[in-house]
Amino acid sequence: MTTATVPAPSRLEAGAPRRGLASRIVDRLGSGAVQVVMVVLGLFWLVPTLGLLVVSLRTTQVNNAEGWWSVFTKPAELTIQNYANLLGSGFTASFWNTVAITVPTTVLVIGIAAMAAYAFAWMDFPGRDTAFLVVVGLLIVPIQIALIPVASLYGAAGIFGTIPGVVLFHVAFGLPFAIFLLRNFFVGIPSSLLEAARMDGASEWKIFAQVVFPLGKPAIASLGIFQFLWVWNDMLIALVFADTGNQPMTKYLQSQMRQFGSNVDILSSGAFMSLIIPLVLFFAFQRYFVQGMMAGSVK
Amino acid sequence: MTERLDGRQAPPADAAGGPSTGPAAPPSKKPRLGPSPAVAIAFLLPAALLLGIWVVYPIGYSLFRSLFDASGQGFVGLGNYATIFTDSGMLTTIRNNLIWVVVAPIVVTTLGLIFAVLTERIRWATAFKLIVFMPMAVSLMAAGVIFRLVYEENPDRGVANAILTTVHDTFSSSQGYPEARPREGDQSPVTDQNGAVVTKQAAQAGQPVLIPIVGVRQEFMPDDAAPAQAPAAGDGLAGTVWFDFTPGGGGVNGAVDGSERGLPGMTVEAVSSGGEVAATATTAEDGTFRFEGLPAGSYTVRLPQSNFEASYNGLTWLGPTLITPAIIGAFVWVWAGFAMVLIAAGLAAIPRDALEAARIDGATEWQVFRKITVPLLSPVLLVVFVTMIINTLKVFDLVFIIAPASVQPQANVVALEMWRVSFGGGGNQGLGSALAIFLLLLVLPFMIMNIRRFRRGDS
Repeated sequence: MTTATVPAPSRLEAGAPRRGLASRIVDRLGSGAVQVVMVVLGLFWLVPTLGLLVVSLRTTQVNNAEGWWSVFTKPAELTIQNYANLLGSGFTASFWNTVAITVPTTVLVIGIAAMAAYAFAWMDFPGRDTAFLVVVGLLIVPIQIALIPVASLYGAAGIFGTIPGVVLFHVAFGLPFAIFLLRNFFVGIPSSLLEAARMDGASEWKIFAQVVFPLGKPAIASLGIFQFLWVWNDMLIALVFADTGNQPMTKYLQSQMRQFGSNVDILSSGAFMSLIIPLVLFFAFQRYFVQGMMAGSVK
Repeated sequence: MTERLDGRQAPPADAAGGPSTGPAAPPSKKPRLGPSPAVAIAFLLPAALLLGIWVVYPIGYSLFRSLFDASGQGFVGLGNYATIFTDSGMLTTIRNNLIWVVVAPIVVTTLGLIFAVLTERIRWATAFKLIVFMPMAVSLMAAGVIFRLVYEENPDRGVANAILTTVHDTFSSSQGYPEARPREGDQSPVTDQNGAVVTKQAAQAGQPVLIPIVGVRQEFMPDDAAPAQAPAAGDGLAGTVWFDFTPGGGGVNGAVDGSERGLPGMTVEAVSSGGEVAATATTAEDGTFRFEGLPAGSYTVRLPQSNFEASYNGLTWLGPTLITPAIIGAFVWVWAGFAMVLIAAGLAAIPRDALEAARIDGATEWQVFRKITVPLLSPVLLVVFVTMIINTLKVFDLVFIIAPASVQPQANVVALEMWRVSFGGGGNQGLGSALAIFLLLLVLPFMIMNIRRFRRGDS
C-alpha cells in the first residue's frame, strides 16, 4: 500500500553527513533534557510489560498484598509456581492449538500467495490489472464481514469449531497482504533471468520453484514473520471458529478474564507465555519485521 | 541486532521492491515469452478460490442477510440499519467510535513524530526504538491483560494510580484521617470549627498543646504510627496530636496514656490572635509537633480540615467515565512504535541540504521543523494517520479485554458490538450483518484511496 509513498532514504541520502543534524541539535538544545525525556518515555513503554512479568512471578497472596514494584526491595518473593501450575491446566492444550493453527496457516499463505504473486508479476492474462486492484481493495476488508457467512458455511460443511476451519479463514484473510507484498517484490526480479529460463524451455512451475521463490526469500521472510504473528496473536477468529477443544491461547485466556482479580496468577503467566515466542521472533528477525511493515503498512 | 530498527539501515523501498528500484512497474509492456492464460489461472486458482469463498462471497451474503431479522426468515428492509442509528446503546457505541477515530490517530501520529525526531538526538536510539516498538509483536489480548494490571484502581496494585497518588502526595499533605474528630466535651481542650480542629484556649508558652482525636478508623491508621508522647522540652510552641483511645478500654480521656498512638502526618497550624497562620508544622510518628522560630505572642493551634479528608487514591480508570480514554492509552502504547519507525525512515530520507540551506539563511530550529521537515514528511504522516484510522475502526481485542464486563456497554465500539450481537449472546445475525456492512462502509473510502494511490504509483 505504502510502497509508493514512503520515500527511499538510501538514494536520497547518499553522500549526506549522517549525524550532522543530530549532533548540531544536541549542541543547541542541551542533550541533558532530551536524555531525561527519552528515559522517562522509555520507562512508560517498558514498565507495563515489566509489571506483567513480575506479577506472573509472584504468588496470588503476594500480589494481593502489595504492588509488583515492591519486587525491588523483596526479590526473594519471586517464584515460578504460576508457570508450573499452567502445565496442569487447559493452557497447555491451548498452547499447542495455537501452534497447530499458526504453523500451517503461515506455510499455506506463503505458498498460495507466492504462486498468485508470480502470476500477477510475470504472466499475461486477461483482466490481470483489474484483478490485482481487487486484491489491493481487499487489503483492509474488516474480518467481521465474513464471520456470519463463513460460520454458516462451516456449519453446512461440518467444520465449524475445528482447527482446519480456523486455518482456512486465516489463510484467506492473510492472502491479500501476502499477494500484494510478494507481487511487488517479484516484479523487481530482473526479467533476463526469467526469460533465459523460459528460452531454455523450463516449465513455469520449475521457474517458480527454482528461480522466483529462492530469489524472493527476503520478502518471504518478512511475510512469514508477519503472518505468523498475526495468526499467533489473533483472538477474534478463534472466538468465533474454534470450539473449546481447539481453542488457542488467546481464547483460553479470554475465558479466564471473567474472574479477573481472583486468577491473576493464571492470566499473567499465561499472557506472558503467549507473548514470549512473538518477542523472541521479533528480536531475532526484526529486520524482516520492519521491512514487511514498511512494504505494506495498511492492514 | 544493533541498528536494525534504525530506518536508515532498512530502506523501505528496497524492502518492498526488492532488487528493483522505484515503484513497482508492470513488466508487461514489451512482448516476451510467456505462458498461456491457462497456466496463469492454474497459479491463481488456490488464491482465487479462498478469496472468493472466504472474503468476496461473504460481503454479498452479509449485505443480503442484513435485510432480514434475527431468525433470518422475516424481511425487515433497512430496519437493522435504522436500529444502529436509533438504539441508545448503539448510539453510545457510535459515539465511542467517533472519539476513537478523532483522538487515537492524532495522538499516535504526533507521538510517532516526536519520538522519531527525538531519537535522532540520543545515542541509544536503537534501544529506545526496540522498547517502543516491542508492543507491536505482542498480542492485543496480552496487551489487554497488561493494561488491566496497569489500571487497577487500588494504588497499591495498579501502577497508573500508584504514580498519580505519588505525584499528588508530593504536592499536598499525604495523610488523610476521614471521619476522625476532636474529643468533644467541656473537659476537652479542643473543639470542632467548620471541619477543622482548634484549641479552645491560646497556647501557654512551655505548656505542651494536647490535641486528642477520636474516631480514627482502623484502615486509615498509618502503619508507622508510634505510641504517643509528650513533646520533648525545648523552645517554642510544641504539642501532641494523638488517637485518644486505649485499645481494650481504660485510659484517661484527654491525657496521653502509654498505649495510645500518635497520629503522624497531620498538618498543624499556629494561628495568631489576628486569625493569621503564623507557622505550620507536621506531626511526627509519635504525634508530636513543634513550631520552630515562632515569634512570641498568643496563638491558638489548628488542625485544618484537609487533615480529615480522604487521601487521594487516583482515578477510576476502568469506570464508565474514563474507560474509553484508558483503552485509547493502551492503543497508543501498542501503535506508537509503528508510527515512530515509519516516520523515522521518512525523516532519514529528507535531504540534509535543504535543512542546511534554511539554517544558513537564519531559520530557527522550530522554523526548519515546521516549514521544511513536516511538509517533506507529510506523505509518511498521511500513511501513518490513515493506517491508524483503519485500525481504530477495527479495534476489538483491547476493548473486549480491558473493559470489565459491567463497563462494556459504556466502552463499546462497532467491531465489538458486531461480535456481541451475533455470537456473544446477542443471537441476532441480521443486526450483526448490518453492523458488519456498516464497518465495511466506514473503511470503504480508504479502500478506494488505496486503489487510487496504487494505480497512480503503478502507471
